[in-house]
Parts: sequence; C-alpha cells; structure tokens
Amino acid sequence: MTRLLVGPFNRVEGDLEVTLDIADGRVTSARVNAPMYRGFEQILRGKNPHDALVYVPRICGICSVSQSVASARALADLGGLEMPPNGQHATNVILATENLADHLTHFYLFFMPDFTRPVYASRAWHAEAERRFAPQTGEQTRAAIAARQRWFTLLGTLAGKWPHTQSIEPGGSTRPIEAAERVRLLSRVREFRAFLERQLFAAPLEKVSSIASEAELWAWHAQDPWRGDFRLFLSMVKDAALERLGPGPGRYLSYGAYPQPDGGFELGGGVWHAQRAVLSRLDEAAIREDATHAWLADSAAPRHPLDGLTLPDADKPDAYTWNKAPRLAGEVVETGAIARQLASAQPLVRDAVARHGGTVYTRVLARLIELARVVPMMERWLQQLQSGESYCVPSPHFTEGVGVGLSEAARGSLGHWIVAIRGQIANYQIVAPTTWNFSPRDAAGTPGALEQALEGAPVQEGELTPVAVQHIVRSFDPCMVCTVH
Amino acid sequence: MSMGAAAGFNVLWLQSGGCGGCSMSLLCADTTDFHGQLRDAGIDLLWHPSLSIESGHELSTMLDRIADGRLRLDALCIEGSLLRGPHGSGRFHVLAGTGIPMIHWVSRLAARARHVVAVGSCAAWGGVTAGGDNPTDACGLQFEDDRRGGLLGADFRSESGLPVINIAGCPTHPSWVIDTLMALAAESFTAGDLDQLGRPRFYADQLVHHGCTRNEYYEFKASAEKPSDLGCMMEHMGCKGTQVHADCNTRLWNGEGSCTRGGYACVACTEPGFQEPGHPFQQTPKLAGIPIGLPTDMPKAWFVALASLSKSATPRRVKLNAVADHLVVTPAVRKTRLK
Repeated sequence: MTRLLVGPFNRVEGDLEVTLDIADGRVTSARVNAPMYRGFEQILRGKNPHDALVYVPRICGICSVSQSVASARALADLGGLEMPPNGQHATNVILATENLADHLTHFYLFFMPDFTRPVYASRAWHAEAERRFAPQTGEQTRAAIAARQRWFTLLGTLAGKWPHTQSIEPGGSTRPIEAAERVRLLSRVREFRAFLERQLFAAPLEKVSSIASEAELWAWHAQDPWRGDFRLFLSMVKDAALERLGPGPGRYLSYGAYPQPDGGFELGGGVWHAQRAVLSRLDEAAIREDATHAWLADSAAPRHPLDGLTLPDADKPDAYTWNKAPRLAGEVVETGAIARQLASAQPLVRDAVARHGGTVYTRVLARLIELARVVPMMERWLQQLQSGESYCVPSPHFTEGVGVGLSEAARGSLGHWIVAIRGQIANYQIVAPTTWNFSPRDAAGTPGALEQALEGAPVQEGELTPVAVQHIVRSFDPCMVCTVH
Repeated sequence: MSMGAAAGFNVLWLQSGGCGGCSMSLLCADTTDFHGQLRDAGIDLLWHPSLSIESGHELSTMLDRIADGRLRLDALCIEGSLLRGPHGSGRFHVLAGTGIPMIHWVSRLAARARHVVAVGSCAAWGGVTAGGDNPTDACGLQFEDDRRGGLLGADFRSESGLPVINIAGCPTHPSWVIDTLMALAAESFTAGDLDQLGRPRFYADQLVHHGCTRNEYYEFKASAEKPSDLGCMMEHMGCKGTQVHADCNTRLWNGEGSCTRGGYACVACTEPGFQEPGHPFQQTPKLAGIPIGLPTDMPKAWFVALASLSKSATPRRVKLNAVADHLVVTPAVRKTRLK
C-alpha cells in the first residue's frame, strides 16, 4: 500500500487536501482535509443579530448570496417576518443568478479543463476538448467568462453589486424594480438563455429539460455527439467511464429551493433514498454535527446546530480537518443539484441515478439540467414583479429567541441557526453544503460522502495527482471556504 | 498557458484567509475577453487558483522555482488575510500538500517579488476575517487595521522599492485590480500613485458619495428610515459614503450597481477596520441627534447649520419620496420654457 498526499487542489473554491491510501491501482481509503479556518461563528458572537447580514456573505465569494439568504431566513424566523411577494421574487432571482453562475463557472472553468490533460491525449475528443476548454485560451472557456460577466449585470441592478450584496433583508429586497428596469432585466436573462441554447446545449432549454429518460438522452446525443458542449461532455462520459466514477452514499438532501408566495417551493425538497427510490420528509431536528475528527473542541456527543459549538483545538489527536461531520439521523447524505433534481422528481436525473447512482456523470448532468430548468423560472418571477407594490418590510429589533434559515446554494443545502439573547447573537452556527459532502469520519468511523466516493477510484502508474480523483472531487463543486467559515 | 516564459509580466495569485470573492469579482471585469485583455497588456498569469490547470505537485514545483529565484515573479497577488494563529504558528492555514503554513510561503515569495499586491481588504488590513476578537490572529500583508506592520512589517519594500500595494475593498472592484496590474506591467506606477494607506489613488482619491444617485436627498437631509426607502441613508441607516475613499458611484459595479444604488448603506469596506465599526452597521451613531461621522472635510458647525436650513427648505416631493420605495411624487412638469 502507498500513501499519496494530494494538494494544493485548485479549481475548487478554497483550500483542499486529500490523503489517499492506494493498493493495486485503486484508492482504498481517503481522508479529506479542509486546511484553513477563519472562525466566522466565533466572530458573530456578541454582535447585533442584524449585523449577520454584513458578515455572512463574506464567508464565501462564490456563494455570498446563498449565505445572505440563509441568514435573512434565520432572522425572519427569529422575528416572525414574512416577505411581500415582490421581495420573494426579487430574492429568488438574485439567488438563482448566483446559483446558475456557479453552475456555469463550475462546468467551464473548474470541471472541464481536466479533460485537456495529456493523460487523455489519445482520445478522439482530446483535441476538441483542448480547443474548447483549455484554461485561459479555450474558445468556450473565454466565451463562458464573457457570458458570466454579462449575466452578473443582473445583480448590478437587482443587488447593487456581487459578490457581497446587502440588498437581501429578512423582510425582502432593498432594491425595488421599476417597470422599465424589469424589461431590461428580462432581456439580460434572454441573453444568457441564448448563450446556453447556442453554446452549451445547442438546443432550446425546454427541449433539454423535457428529456425524460436516459434512452431519450442518448438518442438525442447520438444525433450529433459533439454539437454543443453538453453533448461533447456526454461523449466523454462513455469514453472515460464517468458514469461509474465516484459513487456517493445514495442518500440525497435538499431543503427545497426558491420558495414562492403561496408557501411552496419551485424545486421541492426532502431526502431521496436511491436504493428504495423513496422521497421522505426532511426532519431538521435530526441534524447533528460530529466533531470527532475536526480540530475543534469535542463536545462529548454530536450536537444540533442550535446547540452547536465551534472552538479551535489545533493539537487534537486523531483530527485531520477543520471541517465538522454533519449527519442526518446518524446517516451520511450527499447534497447538491443532484439532490434538488431528485427531490423535485426530474425524470431524467431520477432515471440516470437509478441506473448509475450518484457519480461524476450524474452530478454534472443534474447541474446542467438545473441550468435549463431554472432560467425559464427566472423569466416568470421577473414577469410577476408588481410595480408600485412593496419590496420589503422593515425588521424589528431582534432581541430574544432562536431562528433557523434553510436554503439551497448551487452546491447544496445550506443552513444557518441563530440564538439571540438580550439583543445579541449568543450562538450562530452554519452548516454548508460542502460541510455535508466533504465531512470527515464521524465517531463511528463512517467516512463522509466524498471520502466514500473516492474509495475505488483508479490511480494510474506514476500519477501524483490522479486525474480520476480530480474528476470525483470537482464533480461535487466543493466550496471549502463555506465549509470552514 | 505559461509555466513562466521570460517575456511577459509574471503574476502569481494566491489565496489565504479570505473568501475568494475578490477572484470571483475579478472575473466580472468589464470586458468581452478576460484573458485576451490580460494578454494584450503583457500580463502572464503564472497561476491562479480558479483559472489554472496545474494542481498539486505541478504547483508546488512552480512555487519552489519562484522561491529559489529560478522563475521570475513580477507581481505576487495575495487575496485573503494572513492567519498567524494559533500562537504564531500559522496553522490556521497550511498550504495544502506542502505541510507549510501559508504565512511562511507568502514571506518567502514576497522576498522574490518585484511587486507585492494586496487584493482586497483582507490582504490589505485583515478585513472581516479579523473581526470579533480575531480568533485566527488575522492581519494584512503590511497593515493590521490602520496600524503599519502586518505580516511583512512596516519597513517592507518589494524589489521595485514600493510598499505593498493595497487594492482594498470587500470585495475589491475588478477594474481597480486590472488597472493596477496594467499600470505595473507598463511600468507607469510610482510611489506617488499611492495614498497614505498604500491604496492606488486613481480610485482612493474619490469618495463613495461622489455620483451617488441619492445626492438630492442628501442635500435636503431627506432621509431613509427603513431598508428600500429612496432617501439618503447617512442620517439614520449607517451610510458612510461621505467619508469613504472609493469611486463606487462613478465606476459602477456589475454594469450599473453600487451599494447605495442597491438600497443599502456604504459600510466603508475599503477602509481599515471597517469590520468593527463599534455600532450596528445599519444604524448611524449620533450625539445629541447629530451623526458622529460627519462628511470628510466638513466643519461640524457648518454641517449642523446647513442641515437645519436645508431640512426646512425640503421640497414636498423629496420629503415624501425619501421614505417610500418608489416615486410617490414625480418632478413637476412646467408649462413654461426652462430659463
């Protein structure tokens, strides 16, 4: 057996190190280390609860709005606030802009460049992958950065700036939209739609999101296997066996995405059990964070976040990461676009996961399907904005109580839990999507989702940073800075 | 992609105790061809955490070559604060795969760099990461809040003779970074281009107040009272735009935004210590009803006199719109020709 230390791991958000035990050309065991700690949960203690809205976006520059939304919901829960419909729609458009930008960034800048590596030089698609996805020079890479820049101009209007907007309040959005602005925003969304329909999918979004099964998907792929970047990716899936790479734990968590004024969600949540093909209701009270293998003070038993503890202990024996290990009713779950698509009954993703499980292929597939599904929703929400109607109700002075804010970031379920005493934050705990996905072992020794997914990954002779490991890690689109706050 | 050809202006970009937001902001630079723009300016990105293919061993080899002087480094860009804790060990951020704390890597590489650039307020002053009781002992490259020192020390000068260039902001504006790197690559950036806190003057000689669309409300002290109101946010909502150095309202964000245009107060994110203002961010601290933080360069007595005069002269339109989230009174249309 040999041991390999992999890092620095780039094209993920933040810092990541992976320790691999390897035997007979396969990973036999993996340990995932988040090697940086900042301590936002400590910084937030003693602050005015409303001030969380200035600090929490700064947890993460790639999903700052997700952090804002979770925090605003926790404060709204604490203060018993409800947003007016305009505030709800504007918040959803702002969050969706960020989430879809993250999917685009992930696909073009973080994930696809690995297919330009020399290890794939003999593949039929390699030259084409280089032409499209080579970092800094690839034609599609550069087009995607330009599309992303234009896409974020939506948030110039809707949110003042991105990242680190403060337009999201517990009671709505601070930026009312006038009728003429709404038309301009719609035209920006259509510009992005055009990029996706011409470059990524080479098909109308509605065509892509209506593909109902794997059979239908592969038949459509076969018509023109390299046309559009999605179909080129599918060509690589078969050739590089990505449908078998990196199987997760088979349980998927989504809190539900894009709440609507009527109380429902555009993408409903829950826990999907792949083996039984059953969706069960989420029991938020069953979340516990285990710190056994984190460089954090151990609190004897795993704790619910409302009662959570975050105190560094850099010399703790048997610890190997700054990340805690959240578990749902004691179980490891995976979260992300794949969980949202499964929970909201998207037929293609359910079919693909039934056949292959949660793997590199199905994670990326779910992300791209989500791009196709959510853009039309954004068009609808923008059309539902009512001129002259309120966007925001003011917040009360938050004094005592507890609040829970659950949201969906691009990379999965994000929760904020706040306890306020005498007008100050007494405890603030954050469980980010990558906290779930990249969690270390728990007290029972059960590895986290990525640690499980890496077991069995092929390692080729002489590889120091195995390409299969890179595909698996990046297929989760990790956000390490959120994880270690 | 270059592993360091001799010709270009070599830039290495590393992240430490921050959120990556300055990198994500950078990619929003106003250009149709991000990489083409850098290349046309002669800038060669040796490595960037979000944009480069090299991982693991490939990067640590490159860092060793720079540290040994075998690969020229024209600009070392650091994003995020420098985490000195716990107990001075730097173990709150160990550069993955190397076992070496990031603060040691940064010190080694800074000694080889022609220019050292702090990208964002974390790298400049410590930023939000140094908030609260600063659990990680975070600091900036050459400042700790407004005190000189930081990781590299008050006397540090890079090979060019310049101190650390502080492109402060949380996040920093993409154009501030691009303009700085382009000026450095063109060798047209001198010590005179920095303000007394080491910020490029092309943006730090402006105030956020300049170009604020709420200036008519400011003139009459017609003030917002709650989020989403249209009025001036200085009097009640904690806005520091009249005191803060940055051109956010003339060089807009993401096409057409700024914090004040987005409906929320300027929190002074380009200034040292902004993370601990000593009052709730959304409230203006006052003494006897007068805001403590008065506009830069304005004597207090004059401010008080002018404010009371302008308040008594506030047009009905401005007064009513200030506390609404959309125009309730539009400017009058006169039948006469304007004179």
